[in-house]
Amino acid sequence: MGKVKAKKQNTFIDMTAMSDVTVLLLTFFMLTATFLPKEPVQVLTPASVSEVKVPEYNTMTILITPKGQVFLNLDRPDIKVAVLDSMGRDYGMTFTDRQKRAFIEDSHIGVPMGQMSVYLNKHQMSRNDDIRQMGIPTDSINNQLARWVTYARRASGKEMRIAIKSDQITPYPLVSGVIKTLVELKENRYSLITTLRAMPSGL
Amino acid sequence: MAEIQQSGGEAKKGKPKKQLLRVDFTPMVDMNMLLITFFMFCTTLSKPQVMDIAMPADEKITRDEDRPDVKDSQTITLILGENDTVFYYDGAPKFDDYTSLKVTNYSPEGLRAYLLQRNQFIVDEMRELRKEKLENKRMTDEEFKQRSKEIKDNKAHRKVVIIKPTDESNYKNLVDALDEMQICSIDVYAIAGMTEGDRFLLNNYATRGEYGKNAVQPKK
Repeated sequence: MGKVKAKKQNTFIDMTAMSDVTVLLLTFFMLTATFLPKEPVQVLTPASVSEVKVPEYNTMTILITPKGQVFLNLDRPDIKVAVLDSMGRDYGMTFTDRQKRAFIEDSHIGVPMGQMSVYLNKHQMSRNDDIRQMGIPTDSINNQLARWVTYARRASGKEMRIAIKSDQITPYPLVSGVIKTLVELKENRYSLITTLRAMPSGL
Repeated sequence: MAEIQQSGGEAKKGKPKKQLLRVDFTPMVDMNMLLITFFMFCTTLSKPQVMDIAMPADEKITRDEDRPDVKDSQTITLILGENDTVFYYDGAPKFDDYTSLKVTNYSPEGLRAYLLQRNQFIVDEMRELRKEKLENKRMTDEEFKQRSKEIKDNKAHRKVVIIKPTDESNYKNLVDALDEMQICSIDVYAIAGMTEGDRFLLNNYATRGEYGKNAVQPKK
């Protein structure tokens, strides 16, 4: 009596092709991903129904923390150097190539000009710690923010957009102070950075 | 995970064994998928939205230009107060009547309900337009934009909102108020500073009219 033996089948799926596809996709997403610059102080932006995306290129972002520190981010390295040079001329400073490289490395500008030279000589790690305690002076006698904005506008032309990013709990006078500075410089159009929330239904 | 299979049942003596080397790629695919998911979220979700605003170059000039063709009945003034409260009044401020100033909050039942009701005409037309766009697939975005602009530009029905943030309000309040403009289809709005009259109104409201009896009324 010969029993019919069930054939033992090997269920081995070849994953090589699948792996090829995923690696390809992964490469694509890695190359297209643009990482946001690391901010010295984390801010939680308010929500809005606006669906306009932040412009990709040529944007100046002004970051206002709840404590009133002001940081500036310029997304073009060439502009950053040009602006630093102009600022240096105003304050009678020249910067070495090494200092300029350090300046480009930092995502945000947020150091009073008086301390800029010493600050840029430091190592990156200690710079990151230092910038958290500082900010661009915005008071009326020593309004360095106005100078930074003026030079940034001069260097990058009319197309540069200004974005304002601030925390939900930032008191209004601090925001209004920065806006007043900008209005004095005839900069009247800004984009307020917000997170998306859904449009209420039925409208 | 690599699997070595020997072909054939019994290998013959003397002949070199033919080996089939197979590597299991499943864990690699798993890991790649995970990474892809991560990068996908990074690219699409990290992009913040922006809300464009324009500030008047010089407050006085723009106001004088704006005044003539805006009727009192069309203006709404919002005063953003502390602790997420918002005060509002219609038209010109009434200094002798403290009840003309109303207080509400930023919830859908508060400020939004009021603005929607005030801007009923335009909100209804916008609703119709959106409905039409949903049904009529051929309507382009440009056409939609053009028509919504026409609706919002209706001089007889449009509302003009003046937003006045006090020093006690915060940035979220401002963005919320601007957001309501967008939700309620209000196209003409301005951010202005607090005036003496506004402070008078607030004080009058807080004391239920007592302040107004004793203090001198500011000029309109």
